[in-house]
Amino acid sequence: MSGRDILLDVQNVSLSFGGVRAISDVSFDIAKGEIRAIIGPNGAGKTSMLNVINGFYHPQQGRISFNGRTRARMKPYEAASQGIARTFQNVALFKGMSTLDNILAGRALKMKRGFVWQLLRHGPALDEEIEHRKFCEEIIDFLEIEHIRKAPVGTLPYGLQKRVELGRALAMEPTLLLLDEPMAGMNLEEKQDMSRFIVEVNRHFGTTIALIEHDIGVVMDLSDRIVVLEYGHKIADGTPDAVKSDQKVIDAYLGVAH
Amino acid sequence: MAQGRQDVDRAGREDTFPKLLRMHAQARGSRPAFRHKDRGIWQTWSWAQTYANIRALAQGLKKLGLGEGDKIAIVGGNRPMLYWTITAAQMLRAVPVPVYADMVADELAFVLENADVKIAAAEDQEQVDKLLSISNRLKSLTHIVYDEERGLRDYQEEHLTAMSDLMEAGRMALASEASLDRALDAAIDAGRGDDVSIMLYTSGTTGRSKGVVLAAGRCVAAARDTVAFDRLTESEEQLAYLPLAWAGDHYMNYAQCFVAGFCMSCPESADTVPTDLREIGPTFYFAPPRVFEAQLTRIMIRMQDASALKRRMFDHFIAHARLWGEKILNGESVPAAARLHYALGEALVYGPLKNALGYSRVRVAYTAGEAIGADLFSFYRSIGLNLKQLYGQTEAFLYVTAHADGAIKPETVGPAAPNVEIRIADDGEVQFKSPGQFVTYYKEPEKTAETMTPDGFVRTGDAGFFDADGQLRILDRAKDVGKLADGTLFAPKYIENKLKFYPNIKEAVAFGDAKDFVTVMLNIDLTAVGAWAERNGISYGSYQELAGNPRVYGLLRDHVEQVNRSLAGEPRMSGAQIRRFLILPKELDADDGELTRTQKVRRGFIADRYAPLVKGLYDGSSIADISTEVTFEDGRKGVISGRVAIVDLGAPSSAERGARAA
Repeated sequence: MSGRDILLDVQNVSLSFGGVRAISDVSFDIAKGEIRAIIGPNGAGKTSMLNVINGFYHPQQGRISFNGRTRARMKPYEAASQGIARTFQNVALFKGMSTLDNILAGRALKMKRGFVWQLLRHGPALDEEIEHRKFCEEIIDFLEIEHIRKAPVGTLPYGLQKRVELGRALAMEPTLLLLDEPMAGMNLEEKQDMSRFIVEVNRHFGTTIALIEHDIGVVMDLSDRIVVLEYGHKIADGTPDAVKSDQKVIDAYLGVAH
Repeated sequence: MAQGRQDVDRAGREDTFPKLLRMHAQARGSRPAFRHKDRGIWQTWSWAQTYANIRALAQGLKKLGLGEGDKIAIVGGNRPMLYWTITAAQMLRAVPVPVYADMVADELAFVLENADVKIAAAEDQEQVDKLLSISNRLKSLTHIVYDEERGLRDYQEEHLTAMSDLMEAGRMALASEASLDRALDAAIDAGRGDDVSIMLYTSGTTGRSKGVVLAAGRCVAAARDTVAFDRLTESEEQLAYLPLAWAGDHYMNYAQCFVAGFCMSCPESADTVPTDLREIGPTFYFAPPRVFEAQLTRIMIRMQDASALKRRMFDHFIAHARLWGEKILNGESVPAAARLHYALGEALVYGPLKNALGYSRVRVAYTAGEAIGADLFSFYRSIGLNLKQLYGQTEAFLYVTAHADGAIKPETVGPAAPNVEIRIADDGEVQFKSPGQFVTYYKEPEKTAETMTPDGFVRTGDAGFFDADGQLRILDRAKDVGKLADGTLFAPKYIENKLKFYPNIKEAVAFGDAKDFVTVMLNIDLTAVGAWAERNGISYGSYQELAGNPRVYGLLRDHVEQVNRSLAGEPRMSGAQIRRFLILPKELDADDGELTRTQKVRRGFIADRYAPLVKGLYDGSSIADISTEVTFEDGRKGVISGRVAIVDLGAPSSAERGARAA
């Protein structure tokens, strides 16, 4: 891995819940600007790994460094303020709020003016809000969700909710974007759209992306490198081609190549 | 430049769209010409800005090699840049060829090859990809230009240019070299009324699509007539949301906007049209019947979910509107109490409803393209929307007939539009001569000769007649109109449409040509009839079972009898009342070849396929057996068989009609 600019480095991380070992001694890194996939069978520890990365879980052993800084215990909002954004396996949006408000919520950490100013909605607070709204409109345009700008998110079909969630994550202008099964439950067309957005985010905003996804076709197409987990252990790490032909991966996950 | 009346007088002299544009830039330079919602905000371009932009774009296109007589395809949705491309091309005396954005690559290749397109202007990456995939088949294509840049930044293909770059380069060139600026002025001056203004491809429902060549002077003249007819001014508001390649859009939006000098607004995206409509509040509106139909269905469904009070209020005032609304709209004399009641309804129901639909400010609305149900048409008129019908063709550059304000009959399409001459040929075919009439089909002189009569009329292929008030009624495609054995006129589509206006009837197929009487096969609408069955406690296990239910037969029998009553009231049609009908046990489906891909019934094919049923309809039996193959969604095939009941309504007699009416 020489020559790469490492954004996130996971070293010998282990995590257990009581007697259950979710992650055992896993190390890998994410380079700046790449799309990195984490795959593996159900219960392999993929989502736990994401939760460790964004500070939701605290590993019992191992170290994580992000942007060159090794962290001790970190809370999710600290991760967020350092530039790690994520979407969730089960959509986690404010269902009663509109698409626009949900995306604006993603700007919360960027808002400088205090509560009172915002309540007054005047002067600098108003200017600031206009700036944030402009940014959100860019995202709405980018994700092609103009038609649902004012629609309550709870009334939208699942594929669109996923898109709104991605929008909220993008509103944070993240350095590292964690996507937990961005295409679960989508039909083919929605998957194609989502893939297009992921590639565009990566290429034109330069955002580094780590994603968990079960659709192996999508993963092989999108990612630069893939980590494969099984029962909390890392069993492979490399380019899509290398992973695809790895015997351990085939046995554990992909099944026999036909 | 002097303002006011003088300019209006001058307006009569411009015979091309670039000349009109120049005139507006001088006469009303600061008034809005185009709007487009972008990033959630309406962006506006004045006539002066529009003129400058189009000049710059024209210069850019000229640099790419577009010259007099060259063809430029426009592939995409309603965006200012694409409309500007049309005018920019016209400025260079090149020929714009808008094509349907949803065409698949093969259809697109056919049109672009047929039209010898030199440059293609695409909306976005999707269209560029489509064009690139067929570019090796298109020998004359030299450049592709695009509007929306997203996703295209990494494309390495040569001859691919962003239109914004093209326009900027053009602007710089015009600013730095006065000779180029003068050359462009000269090109506008050189434009003449008999220049080809645009080529519009027909949708191709009957065979391959044909390029309809329209001349600039004729387009402008036709638009002047209708602008005067509907008294359109520079202060109209309009939303352009229909396909660019359709004559309806090119006429209603582009041509009328350039003649009257009003503003054309482009929606944010195809999905946001209802919202954009509400925000713009158009004063002039045009939509095909299916748009109005879908809207009414949505209103009705939402009203069913409303609170009891709102529902009662809605029902009460809509009933009142049905009684008086149209009369008030037509300016007839109406009792003061009814007027007052209507005004209350306007405040409580009609006004808010129109506002929700974006119709609050609509002064003139048109529908065209297919037959519209009388009930549907009357509903919108009754709540105060001045909805009118027009009958048009691409070959006429749209208008052949149009309803005049205050003289509206739902079953007609109105009298001849201004300066249009119409005659009915001996075989019943409608023929016309119109100001906007096309010049020729591109590269198809035989087809042109087939369509034009020796004395210069255009054959429409539609059969129709004038009623006592001089309003035209369209019956059917001329070749489908037949005669019963006793010589009575039989127009199958006319009867089928009357039946299909009932929500419970999804499809109808009428038979009768050379037979003794008319019979129909019906398809129930599963959603509507299913909901009715639920309300009435009728249980059913399958489509076939529901379709065969005696009570469903009873329901549809009422509809058929109503259609017969309405036919009886029309002198030319009363002999063609429906004598016998049956309900098909399966839905007609394009996968089985029973419908075309555009959901039109293929009568001949159905007659063959259901021959035992047709025989049953005419041999007097009350039951017929049928066994037919069906294709399931996943492509598997199966067989449906069963007995179908046939209902006999008896021969119509005037006595019976009288009794029923009583």
